[in-house]
Amino acid sequence: MAVTNIIRAIGRRVVDAVWRIGVVARFFFLTLIYSGSCFRRFHLIIKELFSTGVMSLIIIVVAGLFVGMVLGLQGYETLKRYGSESALGVMVALSLVREMGPVVAALLFASRAGSAMTAEIGLMKATEQISAMEMMAVNPIARIVAPRFWAGVISMPFLAAMFSAVGIFGGYLVGVVQIGVDEGSFWSQMQAAVDFREDIMNGIIKSLVFGTVVTLIALFEGFDAPPTAEGVSGATTRTVVTSSLAILMLDFVLTAIMFRGA
Amino acid sequence: MERTTLDLWVGMFVVAGMAALVMLAMKVGNLGTYNVSESYQVHAYFSNIGGLKPKASIRSAGVLVGRVTSISLDTDKYEAHVVMNLDSRYQFPRDTFANILTSGLLGEQYIGLMPGGDEEMLKNGEQLKQTQSAMVLEDLIGKFMYSKAAEPAK
Amino acid sequence: MSLNSLVEIRDLNFTYDKRPVLQGINMTFPKGKLVAIMGLSGCGKTTLLRHIGGALKPTKGYVKMDGQVMHELDQDGLYAMRRKMGMLFQFGALFTDMSVYDNVAFQMREHTELPEEIIHDLVIMKLHAVGLRGAQHMMPSELSGGMARRVALARTVALDPMLIMYDEPFAGLDPISLTVIGDLIRRLNDALGATSIIVTHDIQESLKIVDYVYFMANGVIVAEGTPDELRASDKDFVRQFVHGEMDGPVPFHYPGVDYRQDLNLRA
Ligand SMILES: Nc1ncnc2c1ncn2[C@@H]1O[C@H](COP(=O)(O)OP(=O)(O)O)[C@@H](O)[C@H]1O
Ligand SMILES: [Mg+2]
Repeated sequence: MAVTNIIRAIGRRVVDAVWRIGVVARFFFLTLIYSGSCFRRFHLIIKELFSTGVMSLIIIVVAGLFVGMVLGLQGYETLKRYGSESALGVMVALSLVREMGPVVAALLFASRAGSAMTAEIGLMKATEQISAMEMMAVNPIARIVAPRFWAGVISMPFLAAMFSAVGIFGGYLVGVVQIGVDEGSFWSQMQAAVDFREDIMNGIIKSLVFGTVVTLIALFEGFDAPPTAEGVSGATTRTVVTSSLAILMLDFVLTAIMFRGA
Repeated sequence: MERTTLDLWVGMFVVAGMAALVMLAMKVGNLGTYNVSESYQVHAYFSNIGGLKPKASIRSAGVLVGRVTSISLDTDKYEAHVVMNLDSRYQFPRDTFANILTSGLLGEQYIGLMPGGDEEMLKNGEQLKQTQSAMVLEDLIGKFMYSKAAEPAK
Repeated sequence: MSLNSLVEIRDLNFTYDKRPVLQGINMTFPKGKLVAIMGLSGCGKTTLLRHIGGALKPTKGYVKMDGQVMHELDQDGLYAMRRKMGMLFQFGALFTDMSVYDNVAFQMREHTELPEEIIHDLVIMKLHAVGLRGAQHMMPSELSGGMARRVALARTVALDPMLIMYDEPFAGLDPISLTVIGDLIRRLNDALGATSIIVTHDIQESLKIVDYVYFMANGVIVAEGTPDELRASDKDFVRQFVHGEMDGPVPFHYPGVDYRQDLNLRA
């Protein structure tokens, strides 16, 4: 008796999860097919670029600087044991460009811009702004969701690149300026070891994928939130949790595909 | 279209993002140093490549002159077949000697080129005939032990 | 369909998960008239409006607007029909990320190719009509409840709709704002030559301005008539409603177990 109940409960959860994935997929598809109008009226995207991209700048730059400085310090301590401090630049740059840049920037983006998007759209729904828009014969997916989606997808690679660039500068500050690693070998070894296609392009592709996924989750959760205060706050939390997990899992998958056996 | 301060901010955001990408590409990555110049391909066989990897550097007198493009096992000879891209600015004699070296005691492995005296230069697709394999630490230690054991006791 | 009615509802039934919300509703909204739908909270008034707007599909029966059955329209047809309607939501539903001006200009920018100068003049005219020309640069969060309702009203009539629906336009307003909104609703209806449906339970205010009233209870129409007929009515329900009596056909107590039993008193 109890066992069949447990199995039934698990089964229901699995079906629910698959169902939800289907709904998200349809939402994604609708967003794509209703994207035409926001590209024709690009100022709608510009406005959202401001609230997703520009507003995330400070946190990205500050976090990038500190992550780079920590990498410089830790890297130096480790490399010193093998007498290869000159490889510090390589270590800092590869860690940032391949992993930390895309991943940490996406995590920060999810908690800064993603949660704000969910809360904003959830509140629009709770205060009937979305119903009002539908009654005005304006499609809310085209007018509200699509511009935010593209703003998220566009700003993510920029944010990740800034994170990496500032981080490398942080590593340089600690490694070269403070500790005194040779500046020439810091940069030249970095340039010799970091490949544009293999490392930088793959990092950009990663951040595009993360940007798409985080923005999609944030928008969907907002659109799907029950129109109450608890509903919106729950959806905001779910955005941060789900998209953080999605970023980390996808990062593993992408890394396995991109850097396998190289 | 009228301009707003918002446009300015977004413009600055895009410019900063682009600048970061360019800096990553040119200053951090190798887009600034290689790929821009023309290259030609040569290949060589080694009996043992040790830890050599694709994309490892190829140096002559310490200067970076190219990169390893692919490594495979030739099943006729049971030797490693290494294809490399060399910068066309640098030409080498046909009897150039290719040597797998290690940077530092535990560093990365790379190919060192030692030019010979031939008048003719290597052309695209030609083979480097003279090679020396990687030093494998276990073999070295083995040889050392063997010679110690062979020394007459004093 | 009679020539001078804009909306007709015939035998409309609707159920939410097997629970009947609307049962056999028949209503007619003549062109140019202001009609009120009244009833207690939860009797299905908003649900009825959502059917007229084509946001819900009836279980049985139909809503016909301008000669077309709403639930048989496809997405394009529905959107075309909705452009002829305006709906004022209960709490205004102003777009919180846009200024008052942009809220009123919203539909003009979405649905017309008008140049910005003409939109400007139209917006100013609409805002002037509701007395808020001076508030055009404010954000919705800076407005009082009554002002927000008036801005929403200006936005609702931005494209001069044929049909205007108001969902509880008086809820939560002070007596002065209430009179102002009531007066605006009547004047806008007559100035635009539109037809208006007003859902409310503010009986005194609405009896002053409307032409006809439907009373609903538990998803059915229990009474209808002109304001004068209703004031003179001797139906218990209407009397209770019109005169605000506490107990009557609508009981003060929600159904529950016996009072004495609830207090654990022995009978
Ligand atoms: N989304 C929904 N799901 C289930 N029941 C609903 C839903 N919306 C409204 N109802 C029910 O339908 C009935 C009528 O609601 P509504 O039309 O909003 O009433 P009114 O506007 O007259 O106060 C209520 O009993 C309400 O509980
Ligand atoms: Mg209601």
